[in-house]
Amino acid sequence: MTIGLSHYLTVAAVLFTIGVFGIFLNRKNVIVILMSIELLLLAVNINFVAFSSFHGDLVGQVFTLIVLTVAAAEAAIGLAIVVVYFRNRGTIDVADIDQLKG
Amino acid sequence: MLAALFFYLFAIVLIGASFMVVTVKNPVHAVLFLILAFFNAAALFVLLGAEFLAMILVVVYVGAVMVLFLFVVMMLDVNFTELRSGVLKYLPVGLVVGLLLMVELIFVVGAWVTAPKLASDAPTPPSAEVSNTEALGRLLYTDYVYLFEAAGLILLVAMIGAIVLTLHHRRDVKRQDIGEQVRRSPETAVEVVKVETGRGLQ
Repeated sequence: MTIGLSHYLTVAAVLFTIGVFGIFLNRKNVIVILMSIELLLLAVNINFVAFSSFHGDLVGQVFTLIVLTVAAAEAAIGLAIVVVYFRNRGTIDVADIDQLKG
Repeated sequence: MLAALFFYLFAIVLIGASFMVVTVKNPVHAVLFLILAFFNAAALFVLLGAEFLAMILVVVYVGAVMVLFLFVVMMLDVNFTELRSGVLKYLPVGLVVGLLLMVELIFVVGAWVTAPKLASDAPTPPSAEVSNTEALGRLLYTDYVYLFEAAGLILLVAMIGAIVLTLHHRRDVKRQDIGEQVRRSPETAVEVVKVETGRGLQ
């Protein structure tokens, strides 16, 4: 009962699927959509770290660091946009966000 | 054996928590489940020998990003039950897309053949003389130093962007202007008036 690379890949695949499912399920709530995106990025990170560890190559972990950085920046900017949008409109329904244009 | 047991424990809790993130009604609970998911992912990273990334995940994600989420969820006075109204409508299409994606990913993983030279059936054991953090640092500050700087730049831009987006000046609030206060001199602040006796100031 050894844990191989495919075990980690399966966990990451299930996690990625749950993330995509969450985006579809919570079509109206921007905050939960942002959380689903965090789940997707976490799944990608698990893949990177698993490959890095099983191949004995640390570059995968360097890339994971960059992905974490981008994810943190994305969360900060996304939540800032949500706050500004809520201040202007009083709701965070995704269906209304098309008014942001222009 | 014990490693396998812990792998299954962390993996099952991770998947269960992430499923709760997308299905639970209250967004505060969703954030808390996301924190649980990140803790378990960090545990998986530890099992894989990536201790530095595990700690980064706990410190940066649980400590900063998730607290930011929690702040925003609690700060916005949103009617979250109304936002969940369409869930049943979106459930079938979400299930179809999700299942399709999972089947595809499982096919990919199932048909995966690693190069025999590279593949090993166990994670690389931690090296005796160099810890994971030190090895990562050696790589990050030498070969990938430009990438590292770019990551810092991305964070700087994100910080400035978030501040620019959310900072708004309220006109109806009086603020202290320190420059104005410092520039004040006796000539502009004090006026000496010769008062005639019995007349007073006009």
